[in-house]
This record gives sequence, C-alpha cells and structure tokens, in this order.
Amino acid sequence: MNPIFERGPSLRLRLFIVTLLSLGLMVVDRYTDSSTQLRSYLTTAVSPLIYIASLPQVVLTGASEQFMSHQRLLAENEQLRERLLRQSGTLQRLEFLQQENNKLRELLGSAPVTEGQRLVAEVMAVYSHPFSHQIVLNRGSNDGVTEFQPLIDDLGVLGQVVSVGPTSSRALLITDTTHAMSLRIERTGVSVIAEGLGQWDRIRLVHLPHSIDIQQGDRLVTSGLDGRFPEGYPVARVSRIQRDLSQPFLQVQAEPFAQLDRIRYVLLLWPQQDASNEGGSD
Amino acid sequence: MQQTKGIGVIYLSLVLALVLMVMPMPAMVKLFRPDWALLVLLYWVLALPFRANIGTAFVIGFLVDVLVGTVLGVNALAYSVVAFVMAANHQKIRNFSVLQQSLLIGLLLAFYHLMIFWLSHFLTGVYFLPDYLWPVLTGTLVWPWLFWLLRRVRRQFKVR
Repeated sequence: MNPIFERGPSLRLRLFIVTLLSLGLMVVDRYTDSSTQLRSYLTTAVSPLIYIASLPQVVLTGASEQFMSHQRLLAENEQLRERLLRQSGTLQRLEFLQQENNKLRELLGSAPVTEGQRLVAEVMAVYSHPFSHQIVLNRGSNDGVTEFQPLIDDLGVLGQVVSVGPTSSRALLITDTTHAMSLRIERTGVSVIAEGLGQWDRIRLVHLPHSIDIQQGDRLVTSGLDGRFPEGYPVARVSRIQRDLSQPFLQVQAEPFAQLDRIRYVLLLWPQQDASNEGGSD
Repeated sequence: MQQTKGIGVIYLSLVLALVLMVMPMPAMVKLFRPDWALLVLLYWVLALPFRANIGTAFVIGFLVDVLVGTVLGVNALAYSVVAFVMAANHQKIRNFSVLQQSLLIGLLLAFYHLMIFWLSHFLTGVYFLPDYLWPVLTGTLVWPWLFWLLRRVRRQFKVR
C-alpha cells in the first residue's frame, strides 16, 4: 500500500486549501494595488532563472558575432557610420525646428514640449504566453527606472514598465490584453483608444463611431492624453476596417510598427523633466 | 515508511523544466512549446505521488505565474487541479500503456488550457484563438519520450 495518505491532510483537503490560496492570490493580484510591489519582489527572486534561460541565446549571438568575418564587420561599420552621419544631419534640422516650435508655442501660450532623458536597455526575456505579453529588461531601479515609464524602439512605441526590481524590470507590451492607450490619427487628428488583443501583430481601436474619418494605412501616433506616453511617437498603421452596421461601433484593427516578437534593445524614456536627473547614461 | 531519497533530483528536473519554459525562442516555435513544467510535474506525481503532489504543484504553478506573467494564482490553481486528478488516479494510470497515457495526458493538458483560458478570460478578458491549443498536441507527442527519460533518471538516481 502506498503511504500517500499516511501523513498530512487528505488529497481533497489539500486541493481545497490550495484552491482558496490561489483564489486569494488572484484577487490580490488583480484587484489591489499592492500587487505591483509584490510582483517586483517576485521578479527579482526569479531573475536568476531568467538569466539562465537566456544564456543559450546570449552564447549563440556572441558566437555568431565572433565568427563574423573581418570584412563583413568593416562593411557593417561603414554602413552604420554613414547612417549616423545622415541621421545627425536630420537631427540638426530637428533641433532647429524644435526651437522654432517651442517659440511658437510660447507665443500661443502653451507649454513647450520637453525632451526627457533616455536609456538603452536590453531585453532579457520575452513572454509569449498568449494571455500576457511582457518583456523583462536588464535595467531596474538602480538605473533610475520607474513604473509606468514608456518604452520605444527605432520603429515605434513598445509598451510601458509595470514593475521594477533593483536590476531588472518588467514591461507590458501594447499588444497585451490588459493594455490600452490613447492614440491620434495623424491624418485627421482624431483621438482614439487602442487595446491589445493578445496577438503580436495587431491592436484594436475601440468605440469608433461609423461616421469617423479613417482609412486603411492611416498612421496612428501617441496623443499624450493618457499621461503615460509622450506625444507624437508612431505606434501603428490601420490595417483592417470592417464596416458592419449591425455592430454598435466600427471594427478597426491596426498593425504595430514595432516588431514586438523580436525586440532585442529598447529605449526607456523619461518624459517629465523632473525625473531626468535620476537617469543613467544618455 | 520509505526513506526519502534523491528528492533533490525531483526539484532539479522541475527547475530545468521552468528554465525551458522561459527560454527565449522565435515566436513561431514558441507557439508550439509544450508545457514542460506541467509535464515533468505530472511524471513525478504519477511515479511518486507521496513525494510530489498538490503542494509541489501549487509552488511550481506559482513560479510559472511569476515567470510567465499571468495573473498570480491562475497557473497555481490549474497545476494543482491537474495534479489532483493525477494523484487521485495514479494507480490506474500507471497500468496504462504509454499510448493510453499520452492520450490521457493530452486530455489533462486540454483541461489545463481550458482552465487557464477560462480564469484569464474572467480576470482580464482575453479572447480565444485555436492557436492556443498547439501545446496540447506537442505535449501529448512529447510525453512518451519524457516519460522514458525521467524513468531512466529516477532509476539511475534511485529516487524514492
């Protein structure tokens, strides 16, 4: 006879206790504010596992860079230098435009657009669970990362930081089902709300009336109205519009510019001026 | 009462399975990734139900919640329920052939995914896609090999 029931409570009682515990956890995590802090501690606790899991990838990339030929490295270097030159040229013009813009804004009596500090972070892990699109970054509160900080890459907005540990932090991507943000249609200036669907390549615009002026291919940029994302960053392109008059709203889907399933490096933004002195390198 | 032996091997295999679950991979491959931690856990529940059962399942499920980023407690509950089914019927299931076991594991995995979806839908309002069920198929296919491997490990280290 197996000694399974010899010690401790019976299986049913154990299941009952465990069910109560889990339900308690779910309620705490979903409906209270303390969970963000709790999550941060837990993220820190399990970060060794994530480090181990990302080792093969790190080693493989390292090896492939190691074996890259000298010739190809030189070519890539030259390419990058050329791109840098071109971009710094555009940047000079941009700075001039920014100054001009700020002056005009002053004339109009509205607040000038401030540009905060930036920090590059590397992605340690990407979660592909369909019900949670999150990434873990290798920067934490030691580098001045705070909660709700926006995250971009060279193509567009990626998401926002949701929990911070000392050396790592966790960010929610714009495609997560629990994520929503305020956008603006660049062509018309109409504000819309975008929700994640749990799929890598699309987000959904909600509560759009049938009469709204929207076309396939319209660019969507952040509106800054949600108070989290600074204004004017590109987010997605309208990919599908379904006009079904039996539905109360227009069904619109958009495709994010950023390649969310293959992010390696991200840029953390400090939108407000007051937080800019805590940040790390530029 | 049997002497506890090689309990470290159980935990080591579970930790390895957790690492496999969060290992970065291309999105295409990720879609088919079996639920390693659940499969390894189910093996130990089947083989040594008095060493690994609902308590272990809860802890592992909780770790999966933290690692994967689902709402805390969702995986913990689903793991515990699946482990309960396995532990309550371990003597019957042990006598099944590997093929029958695989099919049963497939059923359990489908049940697990249904629970996860149902809880997540209730908590965060996710939408169902048939793609979410690929791990059920891959998990079913992986089970015979995993079973064989873990039985080798158990006998090698004389885990009791």
